[in-house]
Amino acid sequence: MDALLKLLEENALATPETLAAQLATTPEDVRARIQRLEDDRVILAYKAIVDDERAHRSGVKAVIEVRVTPEREGGFDRLANRIAQYPEVTSCFLMSGGFDLLIFVEGHTLQDVAGFVSAKLSTLTGVLSTATHFNLKTYKIQGVMREAVVHEERLKVSP
Amino acid sequence: MHLPLSPLPVNTTPNDYVAEHVRAIPRSGIRDFFEIVQNMQGVISLGIGEPDFVTPWHIREAAIYALERGKTGYTSNLGLMTLREAIASYVEETYTLRYDAASEILVTVGVSEALDLALRAVLNPGDEVLYHEPCYVSYSPSIALAHGRAVSIRTREEDEFKLRPDALRAAITPRSKVLLLNFPTNPTGGVMTGAELEEIAAICREHNLLVITDEIYSELSYAEAHVSIASLPDMRERTIFLHGFSKAFAMTGFRIGYACAPAPLIDAMMRIHQYGILCAPIVSQEAALEALRHGRQSMIEMREQYRLRRNFLLHGLRQLGLPCFEPRGAFYLFPNIVPTGKSSHDFAMGLLKHEKVAVVPGTAFGPSGEGCVRCSYATSMEHLEIAVERIGRFVGSSSK
Repeated sequence: MDALLKLLEENALATPETLAAQLATTPEDVRARIQRLEDDRVILAYKAIVDDERAHRSGVKAVIEVRVTPEREGGFDRLANRIAQYPEVTSCFLMSGGFDLLIFVEGHTLQDVAGFVSAKLSTLTGVLSTATHFNLKTYKIQGVMREAVVHEERLKVSP
Repeated sequence: MHLPLSPLPVNTTPNDYVAEHVRAIPRSGIRDFFEIVQNMQGVISLGIGEPDFVTPWHIREAAIYALERGKTGYTSNLGLMTLREAIASYVEETYTLRYDAASEILVTVGVSEALDLALRAVLNPGDEVLYHEPCYVSYSPSIALAHGRAVSIRTREEDEFKLRPDALRAAITPRSKVLLLNFPTNPTGGVMTGAELEEIAAICREHNLLVITDEIYSELSYAEAHVSIASLPDMRERTIFLHGFSKAFAMTGFRIGYACAPAPLIDAMMRIHQYGILCAPIVSQEAALEALRHGRQSMIEMREQYRLRRNFLLHGLRQLGLPCFEPRGAFYLFPNIVPTGKSSHDFAMGLLKHEKVAVVPGTAFGPSGEGCVRCSYATSMEHLEIAVERIGRFVGSSSK
């Protein structure tokens, strides 16, 4: 199962026929295994990784460190899930170290993000403090380098 | 030494100064093909004998760091002691072979140099070197340049391109001195098991042959664990073990190989190396050290990628009706193109011309490669998919 997942993580558009040839099995088997992975929510979604700059998108991205008070029952989970529900939040993680939750947010403008922090996030019961860092430039996203490391100087035929 | 003794004829050309044994070396079949391919646009190449991965970043970074620390001088002729020690541990761990880092390991400029040194160090003019064919393009010329006599032994698809003991026996003469092995094999992907190698080793002991074993593809073994002939009983003392970083760690351009052998043989090779090369480049040696210290995981990941691509290409070619032996190592397929009714050369040329896919005619690897072409799967899945589609069109249209 690991090899199939790894291949899909590299290229979710690979066809069952190609995957089957690589894994030395049948396309039907691959389809069934993918279905099972989706049903079990091992595979959560398939998405394109987009370079915002090349897509001429002017959105704003930020990372926010959040310190919270864990609750008597449920620890951090309840509050983390509440925060994660906001559509502005694209990712949410519980962290070790000097703060508790690390959240990734996106908005159209700086004001959108600022408004989310001051009006929504900071006012939640249990949120003690926030520290917001805005993205200035992207070099690598989801394991993909923005500028491809090319190896084009390989000879076309070599011994 | 071979310059004409009589006055030069009026129409002497520079070529007349070239030594006879060099003039006798044919141009590489790959070279001819390369020149045609290099000038074509939109070619998908399965003709490349090097990894498509860029050297793992931590290894490249180690090379940069070496420059930052001012590592720009010569090293010992044998190579950096730290690198030789790392090689000694790696070779012991991987092949159960023990060599003394101080006297039994020589770091070279790729395995190519190591092979050249080994041949020059042991051959007297006219000594015979036996090798299995189809094989890497340099074997026969390297033997000739060392004034040896190249004796090829054909390996066959039906034997999974293994060297058969009876074929070896039949080729031995009183002048036979060296057996040159390369398993896993470029271009066939053939491998030999420990038991099969033991039969070969027994013949070497019986006839007192020295073995030079080029195991550059040994990390890229997909089935059983690789066994080195040097690790078999009483073989270490009669074997020169050659290996390098190009394939396993995707470091072709760094040009680092090494030889491991009993001290008198390494000393003989070092005497040639010290005058010809002095030492392998220090930055590359530092990068190689990093590869051995921290590169195992990258190597395992690359091998897994190659294995999956091999499965894909093997399946694809067989679907097209091209019989293909399942290679157990290296990153080549060597499909049989006889069913298309074409020679290796015509198949490769036609495929290039009509569908812009480059494969290498089997004959580039010796006459016994006729009937096959070499397809390297050291290229992206995307390219492999396009290649299979185009080869399919070509095979389909030629069979009509």
